[in-house]
Amino acid sequence: MIAGLFRFKGGVKPETHKNASAGAPIRPAPMPPQLVVPLRQSPRATALCIVVPGQKVLKGERIGLPDGPLSTAVHAPTSGTVVDITPHAMAHPSGLTTRCVIIEPDGEDRWTDRPTLDLDTANPRDALNWLRDHGIVGLGGATFPSHIKAGAGGGIETLILNGAECEPWITCDDRLMRERADGIVAGALILKRLTGAREIVFGVEDNKPQAIEALRAAVHDLPGDITVVPVPSLYPAGGEKQLIRVLTGIEIPHGKLGGDFGVQCFNVGTAYAVNRAIAHGEPLVSRVMTVTGNVEQPGNFEVLIGTPVEHLLALAKPKGDTDRILMGGPMMGFELPRLDVPAVKATNCLIATSPALFPPPPPEMNCIRCGACARACPAELQPFELYWFSRARNFGKTQEYHLFDCIECGCCSYVCPSQIRLVDYFRFAKGEIWAREREKSAADAARERFEFRNERQAREKREKAEKLAAKAAATKAKLAAQGDAPAAADATASPDDAKRALIAAALERARAQKAEVAPKNTDNLTPDQAAQVAEADARRAAKAEQNAATDAPE
Amino acid sequence: MLTSPFVRQPTSVQQVMFTVLVALLPAIGLYVWQFGPGIVVNIAIATLSAVSAEAAVLRLRKKPVGLYVSDLSAVVTAWLIALTFPTIVPAWILILATVLSIGAVKHLYGGLGQNPFNPAMAAYCLMIVAYPSAMSQWPAAGWLDLGTHLQLIGGASLDAVTGATPLDALRTGLRAGTAVGDILSGSAFGLAGGRGWEWIGLGYLIGGLFLIQRRVITWHLPTAFIAGLVVVSGLFWLASPAHFASPLFHLLSGGSLLAAFFIVTDPVSGATTPRGKLIFAASVALITWLIRNFGAYPDGIAFAVLLMNLCVPLIDMKTQPRVFGHKGD
Repeated sequence: MIAGLFRFKGGVKPETHKNASAGAPIRPAPMPPQLVVPLRQSPRATALCIVVPGQKVLKGERIGLPDGPLSTAVHAPTSGTVVDITPHAMAHPSGLTTRCVIIEPDGEDRWTDRPTLDLDTANPRDALNWLRDHGIVGLGGATFPSHIKAGAGGGIETLILNGAECEPWITCDDRLMRERADGIVAGALILKRLTGAREIVFGVEDNKPQAIEALRAAVHDLPGDITVVPVPSLYPAGGEKQLIRVLTGIEIPHGKLGGDFGVQCFNVGTAYAVNRAIAHGEPLVSRVMTVTGNVEQPGNFEVLIGTPVEHLLALAKPKGDTDRILMGGPMMGFELPRLDVPAVKATNCLIATSPALFPPPPPEMNCIRCGACARACPAELQPFELYWFSRARNFGKTQEYHLFDCIECGCCSYVCPSQIRLVDYFRFAKGEIWAREREKSAADAARERFEFRNERQAREKREKAEKLAAKAAATKAKLAAQGDAPAAADATASPDDAKRALIAAALERARAQKAEVAPKNTDNLTPDQAAQVAEADARRAAKAEQNAATDAPE
Repeated sequence: MLTSPFVRQPTSVQQVMFTVLVALLPAIGLYVWQFGPGIVVNIAIATLSAVSAEAAVLRLRKKPVGLYVSDLSAVVTAWLIALTFPTIVPAWILILATVLSIGAVKHLYGGLGQNPFNPAMAAYCLMIVAYPSAMSQWPAAGWLDLGTHLQLIGGASLDAVTGATPLDALRTGLRAGTAVGDILSGSAFGLAGGRGWEWIGLGYLIGGLFLIQRRVITWHLPTAFIAGLVVVSGLFWLASPAHFASPLFHLLSGGSLLAAFFIVTDPVSGATTPRGKLIFAASVALITWLIRNFGAYPDGIAFAVLLMNLCVPLIDMKTQPRVFGHKGD
C-alpha cells in the first residue's frame, strides 16, 4: 500500500494545453498509401530483415528478427506488398537515414495467425521471448525492450504503471487510460506475474481525473494489492526516476535501474501492448498518438507504425501559420527536419507550432547566478555551475558536478531569466565527453595492437633464434659423430662458430635472393644506354672523390 | 533548428531586477517620510549616472546596448548606492561612486553576472576610504527640505543639519567610556534603533519578504544574516550589557536590514548553494559586528560583504549539495 506520497525536488509547471486534445476519443488513422517501417525501432538495436522486395506480407507478420540482446522483432503493420528495403530518413533531429521496409498496403488489413500465450502453462523464459518476438518496447518514449525489464530478476516488490504523462500537450496515455483501462490493467497483471512483484501502483497526474476514475473502476473488483494513486501535476513527475521517488520514496541514481531497488516501472501504453501480445497474439504494430498544437482539429489516433508524419498531420489540419513540427512534448521532444519520416514506436505526439504558440527564444544574456535553475532541477544539480564548466570546456569538472545525472528534462532552460539554453550546453558537453572517450578507446586499442605486434615480433625472433640454435647444435652433434678429433679441438668455441657460419650463410642467401627479386633499372638496356650509364657512373665516382678531397678537414 | 525545451517561463533578468526595485519602494517611501525628499534626488542622480556609464561601457565593449541597459541591473546598483550613501554626500561623490561601480567593479570583470564583488558595496568601500569625512556626514534625524538638500549635495557645508548616526554615536560614546544605556538616550536614538532609521529598516523588511514571496531570493541569506547578527551581538550583550549594544539595536541600525534582504542577497557575487548561503550570510554578519565593535569604521557591512565575496568560490565548491540518487555517497 502507498501510505503517503513523497516529493522530488525541483520541477516546473508549464501550461499543459492538454484540453486541446484531451476530449478527442482515439480514432484509427486512415491507411496511408505507403508504410515505412524502420528496422531500428529503438536507439540501441536494429532488427534483422527477413523479407525481400516483392514479398506479400500479412498484418502482424514478422519482417525483422531480434538481433542482439536489446533487440526486438519488427512486424508488418498491415497486409500488403514489400516494395523496397532501403535507407529512409528517420524521425530524428539529425534527419539521418536508417534501413526501412517499405510496404504498400493492399487495403485488406488482413491479420496473420495470432496464437495466444497461456501464462499458466508457459515458463517465464518463453513469456519473455514472446514479448521480444512481439516487438514490445517501452512506449513512454525510451523504447527500452520490455522483456529485459520484465525479466530483470527477482526481488521486485512494487510494479509501477506510469500514467503520469507530465509533458504539456500530450494526451495519448490519458485517452488510453480513459478508454482502455481494462486492457491496461490486464497488461499490468501480466507484468506483475512476470516480474514477481507483490503490488501494483498506478501513478497518474491529478490533472487527469477521468483517467484515474477509469483505472479505479477497472481495478475495483480485482484481488491483490492494486492502487491508483493521483500524483501532483508537476513536470517531470512522469520521469521514471521521479515517479518512483514520488510513489515509493526511493531515489535511483544515474546508471542504475529500478530493478536493483525492488521497483520496476512500465508505461501504461506498454502494459496495454503487453496484454494485446499475450492474450490476443497481436504484435506491436500500432500505438496511440496525439496530434495537436497549431491545428484545426487536435486529436488522438491509433496509428500504424511506419505511417509518414505528413499523412498523420493532415488528419488534424494544421493551420496556415504553422512553422515547425515537433515530435514528442515541448519540453523534451525535438523538431522534425522533414515530414516524410515515419511515426515509430517511440512517437507519442506531434505538435504543430506557430510563432504565437511557441515564441522564438529571446536573446541569451549573461548568467546572473540567481539559482532558479538549481531550484527547478529534479536531479538536484547546479545547472549554472555545469553551464560555466561546459562553456569553458572544463569537462572534467562537469563530470565532477554530475553532468551525466542530467536527464535533459529542460526545467533549467524553462526557468532561466537570462534565457540561457542550458540543456544545449549540457548536450554539447556530453557529446564532447563521449567523443573523447571514443577517441581514447580507439587510441587505446591502437596502442594495444601496436604493443602486441612488437611483442609478437620479439617472440618470433626469439623462437627463430632458439630454433636455429637447436638446429646448429644438432648439426654440430652430427659433425661430432662423423669426426671426433676436430670437434674435440674447438669444443669451447663451437656453438658461436656454428652460429656465425649459419648467419653468414643466411646473409649470403638473403643477398642473392634480393638481387634476384629486385630488378635493377640497368637491366635490359641497349648497349648505347649501358655505355651512357657507365659513363655517368664514372663521372659520379670522380665527383665523389673530388668532393671527398675538398671536404676533408685540413 | 531549435532544440528542446520549446517553451519557457515568461521571465527575464529585467523582470527580476524590476521586482527588486519594487521591493525597495516601501523603504524609500519611509525614507522620504523620515528624512525628506533628498533621497529621491540622490536616487535620480545615481540612476542617471549608472545608466549612462552602463551604456557608454557597453558601447565601448561592442555589446548590445539596448538589451543590457534595459535589464535594469545598473538601476538596481544605482538605487542601492543612493540608499547606502549618506543622503547629504556631495553629488559628485555619488556620481563618481556610481560610475566606478558600473565601469570598473562590474564591467572590468565582464559585465552583468561576472563581477566577483558586490558593485554597490565596492563603491561604498572605495568612497569611504577615499573621502572619509564626506562619507561620514549624515543628516541629523528629521525632515530636510529639498532646497537645503540641493545646497548640501552641491557642496555647501551646513554643520547645523549634520549629525552623528546611531552607530557613530554609540561608538564615540563607548570610546569615551559612557555606558550603552546612557548613550541610547541621546537624540540620535529612537524606539529601538537609530531615530528614523528603524522605520526605514521596517521598509526593507517588508520589501525583503515580498522578494521571498516572489521567489527572487530564498530565505537562507536574510535568515542567516539576521540570525548571525542576533546571536553574536546577543551573546556579548548578555555578558556585558553596559559595553555592547543589544541585538535589536544592531538589527535596526545602519544598513543591517538593507544588507539582509538586498545586499547579501546579490546572487552574482554571493554564494549560491543552500548551505553556502547560510555560511556566507552568517559570516558577513559576524564580520560586520566585529568591525562595528572593534574596527575603524562605524558600520562594517560593506567591508564584510567584500571580504566574503572573496570566499564565495571556495564556499560554493565545498558546499555542493548531493544530487538525486547520490544522497548516501
